[in-house]
Amino acid sequence: MLITLNGESYQLDQPLTVSALLARLEIDPRRVAIEHNLEIIRRRTFETAVIKDGDRLEIVNAVGGG
Amino acid sequence: MDNPFVIAGRTFASRLIVGTGKYPSHSVMRQAHEASGADMVTVAVRRVNISDRSRESLLDYIDNTRIFLLPNTAGCYTVDEAVRTAKLGREAGLGDWVKLEVIGDERTLFPDNEALVEATRILVKDGFIVLPYTNDDPIACRKLEEAGASAVMPLGAPIGSGLGIQNANNIAIIREFSKVPVIVDAGVGTASDAALAMELGADGVLMNTAIAGAQEPVQMASAMKHAVLAGRLAYLSGRIPRRMYATASSPVEGMVGR
Repeated sequence: MLITLNGESYQLDQPLTVSALLARLEIDPRRVAIEHNLEIIRRRTFETAVIKDGDRLEIVNAVGGG
Repeated sequence: MDNPFVIAGRTFASRLIVGTGKYPSHSVMRQAHEASGADMVTVAVRRVNISDRSRESLLDYIDNTRIFLLPNTAGCYTVDEAVRTAKLGREAGLGDWVKLEVIGDERTLFPDNEALVEATRILVKDGFIVLPYTNDDPIACRKLEEAGASAVMPLGAPIGSGLGIQNANNIAIIREFSKVPVIVDAGVGTASDAALAMELGADGVLMNTAIAGAQEPVQMASAMKHAVLAGRLAYLSGRIPRRMYATASSPVEGMVGR
């Protein structure tokens, strides 16, 4: 299955939870915010929210800025 | 004696607010933050780099026991984008304060005032403490205050331009008009610009490039710290009026040989 992750196509074998995806990407869940099909998903639902074929995900964090 | 610097009920030790962008390294940034004495720094909210996870997190280099984070909506051109970015910043654990930017033009990075007022209203309603980056326009600042902004942040000159305060009189008028803190944001090039902002009555100054882009960022951070303190003290001290002609400082009586 194919999802759009931060604007790029990203291949996944099967649907998985947001937590599982973050673990796979080696991203610390405490420092990011995630939009799933344009809806912000709460941190407490990372364990249960499932990413499916065609979904669009935005994962953001703090970077340097003025 | 000075009053404390308070925004939305929160007291800050320093009237200098600094950025976290464009430093030669995270380590130089940390040293510059230390030298500046600032206890509030801005950060941007951007996509995580998926392909390269090796880079260290910016937040590892900010002492959050001492420094308060102010996420921005830099680079946003619409109300929707700015609101979305602010909400993502809050969700990422960066708190419910936001330096609100809604940009209207790519070359000048001047704000879109109409969109700024609307985004301020929406975010205030959603529980945000909103500090909008605005034009040096007293009327725009008044509208932002009416929309619920906790401070107004008029520009001194275009972002990153280093041109200094272009319309000093407007900054002074904005200070007269505003009931909320006035923070001059953007345009500072060197220490005298920061001092001038404070002498005009600004409650604080926010800068990024002037420090991060200097040849010696840590030393410049220290210069800015002193400039802000000097400018504030001068403002509080009540400067002498400007005169066209000289008035002698030394006595005119008792001159030798007269």
